Amino acid sequence: MGSVTDPEYGGDRERWQREYDAAPRRDVPFETMSGMPVEPVYGPPGAEMPGQWPYTRGPYASMYRSRLWTMRQFAGFGTAEDTNARFKELLRSGGNGLSTAFDMPTLLGRDSSDPLSKGEVGRAGVAVDTMADMEVLFSGIDLGSVSTSMTVNSAAAAIMAMYVGVGDRTGVERRALSGTIQNDILKEYQAQKEYIFPPRPSVRLVTDLVRFATAELPRWHPVSVSGYHIREAGSTAVQELAFTLANGFAYVEAAIADGMAVDDFAPRLSFFFNAHIDFFEEIAKYRAARRIWARWMRDRYGAADGRSTQLRFHTQTAGVSLTAQQPELNLARVAIEALAGVLGGTQSLHTDSYDEALALPTERAARLALRTQQVIAEESGVVHVADPLGGSWYVESLTDEMESSVEEIFAQLDAAGDGSMLEGVLARIEDGWFCSEIADAAYRFQSDIAAGRWIHVGVNGYTEGDDAETPTLYIDPAVEARQLETLAEIKQRRDDDAVRRSLDRLQREAADPTVNLMPALIEAAASYVTVGETTQALESVFGTWYERPLA
Amino acid sequence: MTGPAPLTAMPIPGRPLRVLLAKVGLDGHDRGLRVVARILRDGGCEVVFAGLRQTPESIAAAAAQEDVDVVGVSMHNGAHLTLAPAVVQALRHAGLDTPVVVGGIVPAVDVGRLHEAGVVGVLGPGASNDEVLATVKHAALTRVSSTPPPAARPSA
Repeated sequence: MGSVTDPEYGGDRERWQREYDAAPRRDVPFETMSGMPVEPVYGPPGAEMPGQWPYTRGPYASMYRSRLWTMRQFAGFGTAEDTNARFKELLRSGGNGLSTAFDMPTLLGRDSSDPLSKGEVGRAGVAVDTMADMEVLFSGIDLGSVSTSMTVNSAAAAIMAMYVGVGDRTGVERRALSGTIQNDILKEYQAQKEYIFPPRPSVRLVTDLVRFATAELPRWHPVSVSGYHIREAGSTAVQELAFTLANGFAYVEAAIADGMAVDDFAPRLSFFFNAHIDFFEEIAKYRAARRIWARWMRDRYGAADGRSTQLRFHTQTAGVSLTAQQPELNLARVAIEALAGVLGGTQSLHTDSYDEALALPTERAARLALRTQQVIAEESGVVHVADPLGGSWYVESLTDEMESSVEEIFAQLDAAGDGSMLEGVLARIEDGWFCSEIADAAYRFQSDIAAGRWIHVGVNGYTEGDDAETPTLYIDPAVEARQLETLAEIKQRRDDDAVRRSLDRLQREAADPTVNLMPALIEAAASYVTVGETTQALESVFGTWYERPLA
Repeated sequence: MTGPAPLTAMPIPGRPLRVLLAKVGLDGHDRGLRVVARILRDGGCEVVFAGLRQTPESIAAAAAQEDVDVVGVSMHNGAHLTLAPAVVQALRHAGLDTPVVVGGIVPAVDVGRLHEAGVVGVLGPGASNDEVLATVKHAALTRVSSTPPPAARPSA
């Protein structure tokens, strides 16, 4: 443990200079508005340098001077056609990464025609029943030239199989597919609660996808270990960081146990953190995250490849910080939170729209959110310097405290698993510990607001002026009917024998834990087996998870 | 924090208020429900936490079995106009007059429609701890004032 001036982290300035010189450079003046030249990084002799162990100051030597973060706005609603149109609009207005939200039935592996899907089809994201929907979702978009993020977990392997299937069918080589699939099932049991199967077979599905991507999709990130939802469920920043990294270690242990070499897959693991409103604590969280990951990957898991030890992450501003009251205030909150993500060195960023406490964003609100990132990137000048807050007594101290608090939680989990983080995390999922820790923190926060110890502007203070109508996005209820027609039509024209064969194979291979399920899932996708049929086949072997009913 | 004073008016004298808390349907946002569980406990209530993915029928069955005074359901997916009335109906079909409180994201225009459907109280994201307790207590009292004591109710 130590700050960036700790001798253990003594930077090699000459090596940094070589890497900086070799990196590409954006064509903008690196100077203040007064014309004063700005150095790429600041610090005393011997200070840790960006791009160097343990990466507190960032994973790259030149950070945003070479390339800005990816402005990746999460979008998805209605039918595949609707979302396809939104994707094309985002690409036209300067976004460079696609991010897909699926509706609840899809996320939970249910068809639009399932009785429990009623009222949910296409509401909170796009409805996908079969690969035909994915073909429409990405029609007119070259999968070899965009970077796609898909937010799906318990149904991740089935959805990934469809994406690969679309690529295969449109002649894009698998090794050209670029993007991320969330595929982080552990936090579902802890926070987001979109699980289907029990934890152990679910971890197998994650591991199968990691192995498949490692072999065939070199530009794909097969897991995005996510603290975002843990935080939204009410955790503190310390818990967000500790639980997320512990989940990351659990996936690493699962892949190693499956016979993979750590340096073969670890460079493709990525992370996803929340950017909440406590500005400096958030920045310290990102800095500590990189340092902790680096040390654990090298010292505990024997990673030798530097890239295995470099934590890279996506950031999204905090949905829970937004208010339905005086919603324009959310523009200010999002700007502050996004700035924390950038000063913390994020690799990609989603800014929430100001109307998201009321409904899914309108197109206008989504554009303002993207423009907020562009103001930070183009106008503010903060992108000229790597880790501009490095060396701040406050931020360095917070970073160290974040690290030691997280290590205390790791020690508890490690003990719960008798020296295995995977077993420790699973044990604590099974006994409901994570849920109850997160709910306790949420309650403490709520009580602080109730007691007026923390002012949420517009909610428990400064409440005058909440009088304007905010236009919200209207989701046509006819979406459900249209989706049901599409599904019926696909079921009509697909080859029933192929469907039966695919499902038989899936069930057979699910029963054998030594088989990687991805090839069977890709075959099923290409036969237009529905996501619900796939889930049922797996559920018949894996079983269903029910949470212990504890508050 | 000094918690709110325990409820003094109990539907059954000498017994704490019993509240069933559940989410209906696929929606997994349970932060609000868990916070409410803690607010009620600190306020002196007994909480029966049914948790996620309940159906109107499973809620009615649990309400009967646990003999609760109030049912609280939480919704964040915009399905409240379908699901909340269904919960009220399922309770009535089971012969229960248990009052229902809805919490979560409910647009102001829908509150009146929920009341028409028999929902006694609606709690939004800005509700304070005191409002949560007061709403649940009020809901329990509506039942006490309008119905015979539980012993006389049909067992479902």
